[in-house]
Amino acid sequence: MTDPRTAADRLIEIIGSRGEAEATVAVGRLELTRFANSFIHQNVGEEYVNVRLRVAAGGRLATVTGNRADDAALGKLAEDALVVAATQPVDEDWPGLTTAVDIAPADFSHASTNGATPAGRAAAVKAFVDAGEGLSAAGFCDTDSFETAFANSAGHRASARGSRATIDGIHQTGESAGAAHQTSNAFSDLDGAAAGALAADRARRGMHAFDLKPGEYEVVLAPEPVATIAVFLDFYGLNGKACNEGQSFVELGAAQFDERITMIDAPMGPGALGEAYDAEGTPKRSTTLIDRGITKTVVHDRRSGRRAGVASTGHAWAMSGSLGPLAGHVVVKPGTDTVDDMIAAVERGVYVATFNYCRILDPKSQVVTGLTRNGTFMIENGVITGAVTNLRFTQSFVKALGPGNVLGVGNDLRYADSEFGQGVVRAPSLRLAAWNFTGGAAG
Amino acid sequence: MFDHARAAVEAALAAGATYADARYVEARDEQIEVLNGTVEQLDRGEAAGVGVRALVGSSWGFFGTHDLSPAALKSAGSRATEIAKASAVVPGKPSPLADVPVVEADYETPYAEAPLEVPISEKVDLLIAVTAAMQEVKEIRLARASLGAWDTHKWFVSSQGHRIHQHIVETGGGFDATALGDGETHRRSYPQSFGQFETGGFEVVRRWDFLGNAPRIADEAAALLTAADCPEGEMTLILEASQLALQIHESVGHAIELDRILGWEAAFAGTSHLELAKLGSHRYGSELMNITADATLRGALGTFGFDDEGTPAQRVPIVDRGRWVGVLSGRDSAAIAGLPPGGMVRADGYARLPMVRMTNVGLLPGDSSLEEMIADTERGVFMSTNRSWSIDDKRLNFQFGCEIGWEIRNGKLGRMVKNPTYTGITPRFWAQLDRLGGQDEWVHWGTPNCGKGQPMQVAHTGHSASPGRFAEVRVGVKG
Repeated sequence: MTDPRTAADRLIEIIGSRGEAEATVAVGRLELTRFANSFIHQNVGEEYVNVRLRVAAGGRLATVTGNRADDAALGKLAEDALVVAATQPVDEDWPGLTTAVDIAPADFSHASTNGATPAGRAAAVKAFVDAGEGLSAAGFCDTDSFETAFANSAGHRASARGSRATIDGIHQTGESAGAAHQTSNAFSDLDGAAAGALAADRARRGMHAFDLKPGEYEVVLAPEPVATIAVFLDFYGLNGKACNEGQSFVELGAAQFDERITMIDAPMGPGALGEAYDAEGTPKRSTTLIDRGITKTVVHDRRSGRRAGVASTGHAWAMSGSLGPLAGHVVVKPGTDTVDDMIAAVERGVYVATFNYCRILDPKSQVVTGLTRNGTFMIENGVITGAVTNLRFTQSFVKALGPGNVLGVGNDLRYADSEFGQGVVRAPSLRLAAWNFTGGAAG
Repeated sequence: MFDHARAAVEAALAAGATYADARYVEARDEQIEVLNGTVEQLDRGEAAGVGVRALVGSSWGFFGTHDLSPAALKSAGSRATEIAKASAVVPGKPSPLADVPVVEADYETPYAEAPLEVPISEKVDLLIAVTAAMQEVKEIRLARASLGAWDTHKWFVSSQGHRIHQHIVETGGGFDATALGDGETHRRSYPQSFGQFETGGFEVVRRWDFLGNAPRIADEAAALLTAADCPEGEMTLILEASQLALQIHESVGHAIELDRILGWEAAFAGTSHLELAKLGSHRYGSELMNITADATLRGALGTFGFDDEGTPAQRVPIVDRGRWVGVLSGRDSAAIAGLPPGGMVRADGYARLPMVRMTNVGLLPGDSSLEEMIADTERGVFMSTNRSWSIDDKRLNFQFGCEIGWEIRNGKLGRMVKNPTYTGITPRFWAQLDRLGGQDEWVHWGTPNCGKGQPMQVAHTGHSASPGRFAEVRVGVKG
């Protein structure tokens, strides 16, 4: 297999004195076993090499990508980058390269993921399926094992290994569905039977649903919808580029959220998948985004940081030039409440297991529309009294977490499926004072 | 080039597959984005590799590799078969492949100017000029313009004897102006949200006249800052053609995907409100609703010669005078449903499994016009250009937001309205279609960002549409 450090070094060597350059090389194997109607219907694997080279020749920039790391391919990639850069106007905002800092080679990978086999994933899927006797199961189990390297012409070098494994699926009764999700860096942590049992239980509880009249309701949100909220706050708000462009809700130092809300980006530490540096080679570190309701920080890459007059926080990624820097290891800090406690405190409200197809209407106010899915339940006098059909909402996520609106924070922190990729957010359940449901199954 | 694919197929068969196919793909792309006169993104990409698919019993396996050495191709083929054998731990019912003609063929997108051969400096100059034109309007805080192009060669080989080479060229771009007000942002885009993309060369970009339209778009974005709110209630809704194209994509295109109907996407993208037993009898909409999936339309984004299973591109009726009559299918799903294969299976690159994707799912034109339908409307809203889209997992309950709207009173366009939204239930909404623009307003809109599958795949799809009018639609939904 390609050594990514050798390839990254070679690219910098080829560019030589002809320009500033930074190279990122990732090699790995992604395999995914997908099931539906309780059988494996798609089962795929891929060995990949992703090479990315950004050059700045006399302040003229270009980025090229490729998927080969042999010397001829790297040479062509480097020459292409220089040719393209030469056609560009000088970029007055070029923030320059990350200076050399010590980043010890890091290994966040787990042997069980690195050695996962199609048979192992199939066994996890079988356990998920078998846990829902008489139900119809669908979902996936995947493993990703990778090694990355970074090099730039300022002499900076970094490398790391990582892995991720996920099982995510639903059980269906024919009229209802329930979901479950597990993510870890260790495939051996995944418990297909437990995930399947949880999904099956939720599906069975979701039967005989009735149409609830739309309106404003108190809600208890499971970690999945909380993760979705966190992704929207992250992507559209706590993004340094969005802030620079005046499109973010963020007012640094203001109490924009309830004091029960603390949100951090934690790329390392217990439970984290682990990431040592960003796409520009800036070292990763824990960053407090919201501290007890006060918006503390937005994330930056080198360009957005330069425009804001601050340093990069280490949140560059391949698309940050266009979409802005992102926090990719978000943690919504857990509280002490159990889910049962939170439900018990609700006189009349709704429990939501998952959101679906959320889209922003206005980034500044964070008004989002979406639906509930895979388990929506009526709470009356502190107990769940039945299932309700899916609801559409149109709700400002900032307002929903605003001062006084967070009535409970769960102790059930875990990786949750935000609808926008695995391994991005760890979140607990939340109890919120009000949620604006604007439509039901019937419109 | 066929040799790379053939080596992987032979290895899969040698390892025990009863059927195998493989694609060797060479893909180049270019993405350029300029914001307020500065190049924010200039990326050029190249990727090449082989994806091989193996069938063992009723179970599939797939493996993709960038490594084109003989040993790696052999390994990829045997790995695909190994994965297929693992699938049999949780087996499904036997699923034969529907028969298709076994062909040796070559196809190339008709184009005039190879988009990757046009000098980058010319493209960047155009985008900078477009953003400068928008920045002439003082309220415009963000003026963004972008171009994109893909140039893809595919060599397909199957164990049944297929041998097909295709060269697909796709080009497009767009621009948008964002005006920032007190606590609100308003964006106007051209030719549509995310730009307009078509199969063809750089002539596509020249035809849409970015520079000539930039001042109008900037003026409209600025005017939205002082526009009235969209009215609330049930009223007549007229949709501009690109918004109607997205409405088709979301509430028809995905719903008619046979893999969704069969439950194969249940956990992620979702299923469908459609039941196969009602194919041919289910009423999808009004008599004006005639939808086809046509992969043969010249210039449309979902056009090709053969799909990624080697099935020839086709024109398939989907909705005939309001009645549901067709689906999007591949060889395996069609066989299960007992239908002819539609040739609608495509993959996002060599390393992804081909799956059912929209081709050009479009609404055939009517005999009215935007001018006529406005003149014939007593009270309503005309909405243009998508800003947000959301629909449930059965493709029933939807809510769309548009960038701009105008009230209609007594047959005339009235004041501009901001944040226009509308919501509905798919069959009820389509039943309310009562006017449809004609051939001269019919455009092959392209959607370059259709996500589906796990791992995620992005497809390029086409949706022909003209403006349409719908009665009694709920508009003005607020948060």
